[in-house]
Amino acid sequence: MKPLDPRLVRTASAVRSHLAVTVVSGVLITGLILAQAWLLSRVITGVWAGDGMDVVGWMIAAVAGVAVARALLSYLSETSALHSAARTKSQLRRELVAHVTGPGRVWAAEDDDGDGGSPQAGELATLATRGLDALDEYFSRYLPQLVLSAIVPVAVLAVVFWADWISGIVILVTLPLIPIFMALIGMHTQQRTERQWRLLSRLGGHFLDVVEGLPTLAVFRRAKAQAAIIRQVGEDHRKATMGTLRIAFLSAFALELLATLAVALVAVEVGLRLLGGHMDYQTALLVLILAPEAYLPLREVGARFHASMEGVAAADQVFTELERRRDGGGDRPRPAPTGRPSPAASGDIRFEGVGLRYPGRDVPALSGVDLTLRAGEHLLLTGPSGSGKTSLLSLMLRLAEPTEGRITVRPPDGEPVALDSVAADDWRLGIAWVPQHPYLFDVSVADNIRLGAPDADMERVRRAARMAEAHDFVSALPQGYDTLLGERGARLSAGQRQRIALARALCRDAPLVLLDEPTAHLDPENAAAVRTAVARLLEGRTAVIVAHDTGWAESVSGAHLRTAHLPLPTEGIVR
Amino acid sequence: MTGPSTPTDPLFVDERERRRDPLRRMIALARPRSARFALGVLLGAAATGSGVALLGVAAWMLATAADHPSITALSVAVVATRALGVSKGVSRYMERLVTHDAAFRTLAEVRVRVYERLARTEPFGRFRSGDLVSRLVNDTESTLDLLVRGLTPPLVSVVTGGATVLFLTVVYVPGGMLLAGGLLLAGLAVPLMAAALSRGPGRREARARGTLSTTLVDTLQGAPDLIAYGAMDRQVAKVEEADAELTRVARRDAATLGLSAGAHALITGLTVWGALFLGVLAVEDGSIDATALAVLVLTTLAAFEIVAPLPAVAARLGAIRESGARLFGVLDTPPAITVDEERERDGGTPVIDPDTEASVRVEGLRVRYGPDEPWALDGIDLEIPAGATVAVIGPSGAGKSTLASILLRFRDPDGGRVEVGGTDITDRPADEVRGVVSGVPQDPHVFASTLRENLRLARPGADDEELWEALRRARLAHDVEAMPRGLDTRVGSHGLGLSGGMRQRLALARAVLAAPRVLVLDEPTAHLDPDTRDAVVEDLLSAARGFSTLLITHDLTGLDRVDRIYVIRDGRVVQSGTHEELLAVEGWYRAVGVR
Repeated sequence: MKPLDPRLVRTASAVRSHLAVTVVSGVLITGLILAQAWLLSRVITGVWAGDGMDVVGWMIAAVAGVAVARALLSYLSETSALHSAARTKSQLRRELVAHVTGPGRVWAAEDDDGDGGSPQAGELATLATRGLDALDEYFSRYLPQLVLSAIVPVAVLAVVFWADWISGIVILVTLPLIPIFMALIGMHTQQRTERQWRLLSRLGGHFLDVVEGLPTLAVFRRAKAQAAIIRQVGEDHRKATMGTLRIAFLSAFALELLATLAVALVAVEVGLRLLGGHMDYQTALLVLILAPEAYLPLREVGARFHASMEGVAAADQVFTELERRRDGGGDRPRPAPTGRPSPAASGDIRFEGVGLRYPGRDVPALSGVDLTLRAGEHLLLTGPSGSGKTSLLSLMLRLAEPTEGRITVRPPDGEPVALDSVAADDWRLGIAWVPQHPYLFDVSVADNIRLGAPDADMERVRRAARMAEAHDFVSALPQGYDTLLGERGARLSAGQRQRIALARALCRDAPLVLLDEPTAHLDPENAAAVRTAVARLLEGRTAVIVAHDTGWAESVSGAHLRTAHLPLPTEGIVR
Repeated sequence: MTGPSTPTDPLFVDERERRRDPLRRMIALARPRSARFALGVLLGAAATGSGVALLGVAAWMLATAADHPSITALSVAVVATRALGVSKGVSRYMERLVTHDAAFRTLAEVRVRVYERLARTEPFGRFRSGDLVSRLVNDTESTLDLLVRGLTPPLVSVVTGGATVLFLTVVYVPGGMLLAGGLLLAGLAVPLMAAALSRGPGRREARARGTLSTTLVDTLQGAPDLIAYGAMDRQVAKVEEADAELTRVARRDAATLGLSAGAHALITGLTVWGALFLGVLAVEDGSIDATALAVLVLTTLAAFEIVAPLPAVAARLGAIRESGARLFGVLDTPPAITVDEERERDGGTPVIDPDTEASVRVEGLRVRYGPDEPWALDGIDLEIPAGATVAVIGPSGAGKSTLASILLRFRDPDGGRVEVGGTDITDRPADEVRGVVSGVPQDPHVFASTLRENLRLARPGADDEELWEALRRARLAHDVEAMPRGLDTRVGSHGLGLSGGMRQRLALARAVLAAPRVLVLDEPTAHLDPDTRDAVVEDLLSAARGFSTLLITHDLTGLDRVDRIYVIRDGRVVQSGTHEELLAVEGWYRAVGVR
């Protein structure tokens, strides 16, 4: 990992201004360090030579001035660092969100675990908040030290050379040894640490595994016996970790040892020459005060490296995400949305040899699907898990585009056109979708219902809720339609969430309805209510109902019903 | 091994102990290793002290050399300087090894104690949320952080700081006092001030971050819903609003947070200035000589290295205290079952005959989760004849799982009896009960180990033939035979290397292997897709043949094959009978059964 990621500098303008501030304050701090060293050595040797307060008085006052100036500088640079960090994080977050939610990204209408959306939604959210927060440390502690470690040693070295070239050479030789040794040790330990990593993480995870499994252990009367095993694993973990640490700490050891030893060498060497009369007291003292300063920034950078690299790693992940090609249909021309529902949604839809393979997957989710959905028809789509029923809905929702074959739509009284020539936003305006696990937001019930019709008035919201069998339980909530639903609609049961989603679909009032196993995870009572609501939703609309079995046929029976079976994508072609 | 109920065990505590600072209780946990920690502190003090002493000795050496004495006057200082140059790095390295070793030893012990406490009180309600458990484990691990980064650095600072102040007091009393004041301000006052000042901003930022995080998760996880309903643009605008608020808060608070960095630099600089000023005055009035002046000023200059790590410690201790409070919050929970300790420790005389006749009779069972809570079970009567399979069905929240937790002895009932083979089990030690009642709990845990070890949990001495027999009964043998490593296949964390259906069958095989008299199956198909669900229920019911079985479920799959069905609603039995009988009468079962 690079200490200063060029992409970070390029992307975030706040980083550039911060770098400028840091360099300026670094130069000023270097000047103050040199000034303080000179003043101290001058006053101490002056007093030794018999100077009184009248001579050194102003120098002592100047030391106080240096102290105040250094305090001001560190206050300003810390404040500016936190400012820049806040701005940089904001820039990165916004780009990340724009990228992730932008057009051309493939979403699954629902993945295998029944969880819709992006599989790494939680990770991305953590990355964008807590992960990037580690940049605070990087900006306010690491970068300034990095700049200082470039300026201070050079400046100190120059002054020491000017004052006493022999001490200059001692520092010049030892200083570069520190990064060299650290790199050598680092390379050696990395290999060993990586080898041990799997073992360490397995031993480290054991306790969590056992505590999580405590109820299971209890059922089999093994709970108490596990204590001895936890003790043993803890001991193994300690031994393995200490083996790694003995080596990992070597790099800090080399740094500390070289830095201190070099100062000791300089001290003895100037002391002996001072004794021999080959140099004067003030120079010797100046060199002694400055020598540790040459090594200090390097030690600080080393000490802050790991904590700060968390922030850099988070930024690195953000860049990786940003650079990821907008997979799937990114290159296709996208028709501009008109903001009006496409009339095609109330016409026929035809699948011809349609297949879909999600990016990064070996197996297609759908292949060779030929299917026609006529206007006003209710198509009951059955098939085993993995046959791609939900993927077919993803295609109809334009959450993904087919990777083979084509979908055409024919508006009433019109000619068939390719679906991808219709703007996706216009097309979706004609669709109401009820997924297996609808996502409810932590806003009011009313706002959840009018998600797809933001202008709907309360009358329309209530009508939709009534038709969805949701009005009664919504009215019973503490603030009725104004009740906040909590994270992911946590206030409601699965069946109630499903009915809110149905109200959402009814409120949308679209000609095409897509239903995905709407009762699969409901207890029988809720399922019955949902069925009633579904029957109302289907009236007068074209619909695709994905269902695991044909049991649904009884409740959506009618002249419009047709059943199609979707085999596994590897098995054959649907008719 | 320290017994869990010895009086010194800090986890088993009285009321007064409970109210103590969680930080002090965590430190008490580490007491067994205090000798090693003391050694670590001494080594750390040697390391930091070497750095300070190096500059002090070198200053003395230069000041003395300036008067051109004979070389012998310097020889001790020369040797000391070189030795200090080496000893700093070496003692630091050893300090880190010793403290980490002691901390890992302590952690291993703390884990055992936390575990033993959990295993005794079994607060299983808390195990519903995986987040809670992993936070509990992280809180336990924060002991390590407390010892290595929270406790050792301040102790090292106290030892080294005290020694340095003492030394300077000997050189020149006002100089020593000045340094003491400076170190206290920089090492104690500034970190405390910083912690106090950052509390407000920390809370404000946490709130803004929380809002942003929730909005982001909503945006990403709800993306299909948002896109399908054309609401994504509005949602992204909300994210940007939350982001702007967080950035605004962070920028406003930057000025406050920068104060401590400035204050630290100011105190360091002004103390050095004070030492110089006082020292020069003292030389002028003859209290000290010029050599002492050099030692005084350079030692003061080096001494602030002693308190450099402390600002970070103050911030860390706050987080560790929160961890401790959470940890003890869980550990202080009273047990969900009354354990008769005497009986349990002596082994007691088991009252339940392990080969008892396996009939189960539940009479007037009442349970609630708190004095003001509604009854979760409100007078349940139920019977499982020996060898029969009985299903309990009802809507979610009807109290089905509470019934399972009483049978498996996870909690005490508030009234009524549960008899197995004629013996009441509700006041017997848990392990005695679980010798005859076992099964598949809700969300059975599959351990990150091999299939063999996961199975042998249920019967530690089982040989391979017995394991295969159990797998065959659970209809998992075929799949396992197809795996290249067979029983030695590692199943991954939470058994995620297996499919959902295979995990359930593994849990079933485990229950069969335990060979109890009564088998309790709590929602065995809750997380399976409909295809797998039918097959698993089929296999469950075949595997359960020969046991007295209680199947708890919320859907009707396979219920035509059980001997009797009880319908529970709001904690009461509202209907019972066979599948056919229930379908024949008007009622809940028929209403939901005929779809």
